[in-house]
Amino acid sequence: MTTNTAVPSPPAADAPALDVEGLCVDLSTPAGRVRAVDGVSFSVRRGRTLALLGESGCGKSMTALSVVGLLDPAADVTGGAVRVRGDDTLKMSPAQRRRLAGPVLSIVFQDALTALNPVQPVGRQIGEPFRIHRGLSRRQAHEKAIELMTRVGIPEPRQRARSYPHQFSGGMRQRLLIAMAVALDPDVLIADEPTTALDVTVQAQIMRLLRDLQDEREMALVLITHDLAVVAQRADDVVVMYAGTVVENGPVRDVFADPRHPYTRGLLDSVPEHAVRGRPLPAVPGSPPELSAVPTGCVFQDRCPLVRERCVQERPTLRTSGDGRSAACHFSEELARA
Amino acid sequence: MSREDPTTADDTDDTGPGADRPTADRPPAARATPHRASWWRMLGRDRAASVAAVVLTLVTLVALFGRLVIGDRAQRQDLDASLRPPSVGDGVYGLLGTDVLGRSVLARLVDAAATTLSVAVPAVLCSLVIGAALGLWAGYHGGRRESVALRVADVILSFPSLLIAVVVLYVFSPSALNIVLILAVARIPVYLRTARAEAAELRSRLFVDAARTFGTPSRDIIRRHILPIALPTLLTVATLDFCFVMLTESSLSFLGIGIQPPDVSWGLMVAQGRQYLQSAWWITVLPGLAIVFTTVSATVLAAWARIATDPAQRWRLTLPTKRRGASAAVPPELIP
Amino acid sequence: MFPFLRKRMISSAIPLFCVVLGVFFLARMTGNPVDLYLPLSATAEQRAEFSAAQGFDLSIPAQLWNYLVDAAHLDFGTSLRTGQPATEMVLDAFPVTLQLAGMTMLLAITGAVVVGSLAAYRPNSPVDRIASLLSMTAASIPDFWFAIMGVLVFGVSLGWLPTSGTLGGPEIWVLPIATLLIRPFGVLVQVVRGSMVTALSAPYVKIARSKGATPQRVIFGHALRNAVTPVLTVAGDLAVGLVNGAVIVETIFGWPGIGKLMIDSILQRDFAVLQAAVLLTAVTIFALNILVDVCHALADPRVRQAVPA
Repeated sequence: MTTNTAVPSPPAADAPALDVEGLCVDLSTPAGRVRAVDGVSFSVRRGRTLALLGESGCGKSMTALSVVGLLDPAADVTGGAVRVRGDDTLKMSPAQRRRLAGPVLSIVFQDALTALNPVQPVGRQIGEPFRIHRGLSRRQAHEKAIELMTRVGIPEPRQRARSYPHQFSGGMRQRLLIAMAVALDPDVLIADEPTTALDVTVQAQIMRLLRDLQDEREMALVLITHDLAVVAQRADDVVVMYAGTVVENGPVRDVFADPRHPYTRGLLDSVPEHAVRGRPLPAVPGSPPELSAVPTGCVFQDRCPLVRERCVQERPTLRTSGDGRSAACHFSEELARA
Repeated sequence: MSREDPTTADDTDDTGPGADRPTADRPPAARATPHRASWWRMLGRDRAASVAAVVLTLVTLVALFGRLVIGDRAQRQDLDASLRPPSVGDGVYGLLGTDVLGRSVLARLVDAAATTLSVAVPAVLCSLVIGAALGLWAGYHGGRRESVALRVADVILSFPSLLIAVVVLYVFSPSALNIVLILAVARIPVYLRTARAEAAELRSRLFVDAARTFGTPSRDIIRRHILPIALPTLLTVATLDFCFVMLTESSLSFLGIGIQPPDVSWGLMVAQGRQYLQSAWWITVLPGLAIVFTTVSATVLAAWARIATDPAQRWRLTLPTKRRGASAAVPPELIP
Repeated sequence: MFPFLRKRMISSAIPLFCVVLGVFFLARMTGNPVDLYLPLSATAEQRAEFSAAQGFDLSIPAQLWNYLVDAAHLDFGTSLRTGQPATEMVLDAFPVTLQLAGMTMLLAITGAVVVGSLAAYRPNSPVDRIASLLSMTAASIPDFWFAIMGVLVFGVSLGWLPTSGTLGGPEIWVLPIATLLIRPFGVLVQVVRGSMVTALSAPYVKIARSKGATPQRVIFGHALRNAVTPVLTVAGDLAVGLVNGAVIVETIFGWPGIGKLMIDSILQRDFAVLQAAVLLTAVTIFALNILVDVCHALADPRVRQAVPA
């Protein structure tokens, strides 16, 4: 197949490994076309971890899938750019994109049972990237797969490589999936809720494995999650998404200490540790708008405790402040002071 | 624009595997089951399916009322008018020509429609009712009952239906009733297997467990919880099977061991016309076309019904036609 | 693998045994089985003689035992028409039908996999729509009518192909195989398409694409083998149904296969031959079911495991 030479050379150390700018995704539904992702931008450098945080349906997974080019046909990218090693993948031909898939961009899915092919031995699936991109023989790829399985902590990898996915536990399957994703040392690894389907103890193991692999291979990690604790522990930067838009981003430490968007604040307040005994657990009231009925003004107006006249009329843009943070709220300064 | 959520519509017992899926992850649309009007609208959107529905309605009407209109024209011989080609000059009954005995091909087609349907419809209904009942029962209870029922289905299915018919009609006499019975028995396994598979899959669902914990008797669980979900699939299979039964009946009649003269069915007409193939093509071609139109319509309608009754796929039919071309590959519940 | 096979063989043998018993009892259900074996014009003397020779005057269990012993020895008596042993006639006719059916299934499966996969790769595209409509039509055309139309167009009008017979070059195969082919092909295209659409929208296909796999690799390396289970099942059923088609095709084209032999035995009331042909067909179908099971197990590791050793 294709060899490594076709892949553009790695970027300079300070350039972002992945740079998403103004990404828009439209979705065809029975109710007509709706905008599922609206002008999302973020970038992440090698060795850093970026968390995409948001409720279910806020467009974070759709963003991830557009980045790796795996969107379903019912969804189209209608605008923006996804730059990897300086080139916009959205402008590439399918063949060019395939060349990036694996050695440059890689993804780990949530549900490891369905994400592994049930009728192929796992060793073959893990070795497949080497067959596709490095042109290794079946035997060589098999050896590579065993190495990887050892690395991600599968016991007795040589025997287990010939087993099938249904013969593994959930945690082991997630390890296999991660092994497959990091096989070719990608610049960017996207992990789409990698631990949601797992037990708590296994979750911690998987997150540790991801961190070790990231340190070892200097990958940029994009962590898609709705779990605030995971973001706090693991991420360097966070992008908070709501109804298809970015409402706030910045370094995790700063954002969590001092949120500048009422939605971020609401999310943080709803963490049980902050709750006061005897009082109901605070929650963000209401539910996100249907994508077909996103209001014209601020997307968060219906649930915002601070909503005013201006929020209904004018959508706040994502304004950057000097400290590497930005928020899409007309009254973010006010919120910071409060 | 009808706005139904394809993932929840119709799933009142939404406690299946999909139930814990976060609702907001689905495409935005109102959650409502389609009412009758939207069925018609969905049918109207699909041109092939609406044509098929019209053809089947026509055939049914002709079969029901045709004989009242044509009287005995199907049997009336007129040796002077033997083998006349189709023409507009010979009145209505000459439109499609005449056969070797001078009988009107049009009248015979109408007469045969009634015979053909009077064999196919009862056969399909019998096998549907018996097969579905046995299959649901076997699938719901599982265990020994299930394996016995499946073995019986295997026995019947592992034998070509035409051969069963041939052997039985050899031993007994070929009458319409015997044909109906044989076809019904031969097709029971199809429904039995389908119903069993549905019931076996549903019996482990949470809502069935819930019903069981409340002490609902199993026949009520089958009737209230399992049958409504299995029914659309069964009806689709029945529509498709209608084709098969019709084709088998035609084949039997063609081979001379099905419908016997003076009765006439489309298959028998093809057989009767075969020896005049070179001089009078219409006697053979037209009844064949009648079979093709009816069976193809049933197949097309079954394919449409399969999508329309599947909550996970129904949304495809609600999309405007133009957009469907490019987009309808993956149901929205798979879109993260 | 072997426990699996053994179990499947035992369960597939049950239908076979049922058919053997069914033929026996069906023959006795009509009253005197002699009526089935002898022509209607036979005299009372002939009947009595035949009855004694065949052991029809014995008790039913004794008859059943004799019948089973004879069946085990492949001895089904002699043909009334030709005086040949029925088994011999059936075994002569058998290869002809087997060739026809084998060729047909090979073509049907190959064609259906290609067309069905193409249609499934872009659902609702023009290719898909055309493939769907064509396959539905193919699956619903009566085969006898298709054969006659083939004869009318290509044999009579155009004169390209022979209208019947087994003498000549490869062209004699065209119409019989085309006739047998249409239904299995039409049905299989739809099955392949359906299960490929499902397989192609599965997450593991996304993962394969995320590894940079080409569409060919995605279809043939990942999706197809997952989609193969329903295709195999249906192909097995269709192969059984080919006997139906063989009866028609061999009758219309005058091929000396088992289908024609059966229909001739029926029309001329040659029960010994019919019985032998029916039982041989049942044995073939038994073997076919085993073959399908083996293919299932080869295709899907979960099937191999499902049967506890």
